[in-house]
Amino acid sequence: MTDYKISAKGVQVYYGDTHAIKDVDVDIEDKTVTAFIGPSGCGKSTFLRTLNRMNDTIDICRVQGDIRIDGEDIYDSAVDPVQLRAKVGMVFQKPNPFPKSIYDNVAYGPKIHGLARNKAELDEIVESSLRKAALWTEAKDRLNAPGTGLSGGQQQRLCIARAIATAPEVLLMDEPCSALDPIATAQVEELIDELRQSFSVVIVTHSMQQAARVSQKTAFFHLGNLVEYGETDKIFTNPEDPRTESYISGRIG
Amino acid sequence: MSLILIVSIVIALAVIGYVLGVQRAVSSADGDQRILHSLKGYYGQNVALTVLVPSLLVLAIWAIAQPLLIDQSVSGLLNLEDSRAQSLAMADVRRVAEGLDTAIAQGALTSDAAANMDAETTDVRDLLGDIGVAVGSDVTPETLNAAQRYRGLSNTGSWARGFVVLAIALAGFAFALSRITKDFRARNIVERGVLVLLIAAASVAVLTTIGIVLSLIFNTINFLQAYPAADFFFGTRWEPSFSGRGGSSELGFLPLIWGTMFISIISLIVAVPLGLFSAIYLSEYASPRVRSIAKPMLEILAGIPTIVYGLFALLTVGPLLVSAFGQGGFFGVDWMSGGTAAMTAGLVMGIMLIPFVSSLSDDIINAVPQAMRDGSYGLGATQSETIRQVIIPAALPGIVGAILLAASRAIGETMIVVLGAGAAASLSLNPFEAMTTVTAKIVSQLTGDGEFNSPETMVAFALGMTLFVITLCLNVFALYIVRKYREQYD
Repeated sequence: MTDYKISAKGVQVYYGDTHAIKDVDVDIEDKTVTAFIGPSGCGKSTFLRTLNRMNDTIDICRVQGDIRIDGEDIYDSAVDPVQLRAKVGMVFQKPNPFPKSIYDNVAYGPKIHGLARNKAELDEIVESSLRKAALWTEAKDRLNAPGTGLSGGQQQRLCIARAIATAPEVLLMDEPCSALDPIATAQVEELIDELRQSFSVVIVTHSMQQAARVSQKTAFFHLGNLVEYGETDKIFTNPEDPRTESYISGRIG
Repeated sequence: MSLILIVSIVIALAVIGYVLGVQRAVSSADGDQRILHSLKGYYGQNVALTVLVPSLLVLAIWAIAQPLLIDQSVSGLLNLEDSRAQSLAMADVRRVAEGLDTAIAQGALTSDAAANMDAETTDVRDLLGDIGVAVGSDVTPETLNAAQRYRGLSNTGSWARGFVVLAIALAGFAFALSRITKDFRARNIVERGVLVLLIAAASVAVLTTIGIVLSLIFNTINFLQAYPAADFFFGTRWEPSFSGRGGSSELGFLPLIWGTMFISIISLIVAVPLGLFSAIYLSEYASPRVRSIAKPMLEILAGIPTIVYGLFALLTVGPLLVSAFGQGGFFGVDWMSGGTAAMTAGLVMGIMLIPFVSSLSDDIINAVPQAMRDGSYGLGATQSETIRQVIIPAALPGIVGAILLAASRAIGETMIVVLGAGAAASLSLNPFEAMTTVTAKIVSQLTGDGEFNSPETMVAFALGMTLFVITLCLNVFALYIVRKYREQYD
């Protein structure tokens, strides 16, 4: 039990009157890539956003149940959601660099959390984050250029660099490749595989090929329920639930 | 032929044309509407538009051109050199001509008698006085002669006008009707007619603006011929005298623009932080319920007439400031001697501007994509960190645009200044001293009883022109910045 990085029990999420997540139990391991798959509107993104309390910013959203990261209940009133989000980083569907320079985009998180004591340390964090995000060679000569001037794939890698610069323990990725072309997608997927060395990564994806390529564990969501959760190989080759099988073979969703 | 009669005939023709057009279209298709190119109403509209648009256009042009032409031809009869005397004499001529019209309408004169009247034998002034038309001085033979000529020309003119306009309307009527067949593309023609109507509406606005600007420019040039430009633009004293003409007045522009800038800057110092903070609160922190109450409340401030703010400045804020900064006041300083001061007007104007700044900034802050906020929150930033470091920088160009728009509004504000800032034009640094602005002086120059052609009055145009140029530059700059900002996200 304590092996799990994140463990969720009986999670319910409501948007106003809509019951978006119904009694989901899931345990996510450290230093693995876990993929959430399922048809649109099945609640996988919503569930992802409960893991770093991003749903707090939506007024009508209510979360019930028990979610623990490293054994600590993140919905406990003693937990500071701001601190939590520094620990659980997030990359969004659409690349959303800030209208600042590339350097400032990456330095944003470390500056807020006081991770660097001086300019040299900050430079180092920026460089290592950009290196990990495979953007350093392309960006090192234009660190002061605006982040919005990069191409879509580069922007997304910038956002990943920005997220890992705060040294999170978990990285949540909400369809990080849906706005990217195949080449950029391949780069990001490669990156995810490398990130597994340092973090636990949870990725929401619409592409089953992607889930199969990058993840070790896969969870299939359908209509707000967690239908099946297990080893990626097993889910894709020998699913237990008929709903999982029909989704994977393209009959629902 | 009177204008109303012409217009009603043209409209009647258009209505008849519509009905006939529809009938003709339907009968050309042997009653089967499906084989018509367009819906039957379009055929009618086509006829109606062909009747209305050209004829009314000619009517409008005629209405502008006829008085100009008549004036020119009649004023030749008066033989006056001076253009001022000329325009006064023309006013008399028009008055006598109107008087004669009234006399004929009331039956006091036959139209023959009016046309053949002789100023040597008849006392025209008495005669017109009897029927209630007062003429300033005795009517000279030249004036009467010119008035008779004026009447004759306008009569001929209005008959010709009626004839030409109706002829055009009828020609349009016949032409449009004759073209109707079942394959006639009435729909497309109507589309073009609609375009013409819209262009006409737009050009009224544009032409009016151009007209106002031109009149400002010409009057400014007139003023600068009567008063040296260097003294106007660089003079440091504003002391108009209404007794003499020119010479004795000092019409320096600097004290006025100084007052304008001083008061505007005070008002922006009040309005920008308050407006911006309330915009941030409303768009980022307020719950939907608070927002739905507070935002309209704030916008009510924008709906209060500025004269009400002026009263507020004069009766409340001024005395309050005196009791704080005046002799024996709260702070024990003696900076302020009267309630009317730059500070009074600036504070009240600042309050007036809050809704401008807040409402525009609120829109701009809301236009910053949610993805920016998510990105920042996702990195563990707090709300105020997100606002300070992500949202404000992203919205900054738009906010600057909003502030510049508020500034041009502050520069053009009049009533608050008239009531709150006093009337003394001074180049003082003390905000608790009475000051005045360009706009307030335009009011006082034009409401004085100076002659209209004296520099003391004409200076209002030069002031207006300068103000117009300043606010225009500010607005253009603001729009440029706002547009540049828009390109970022679209």
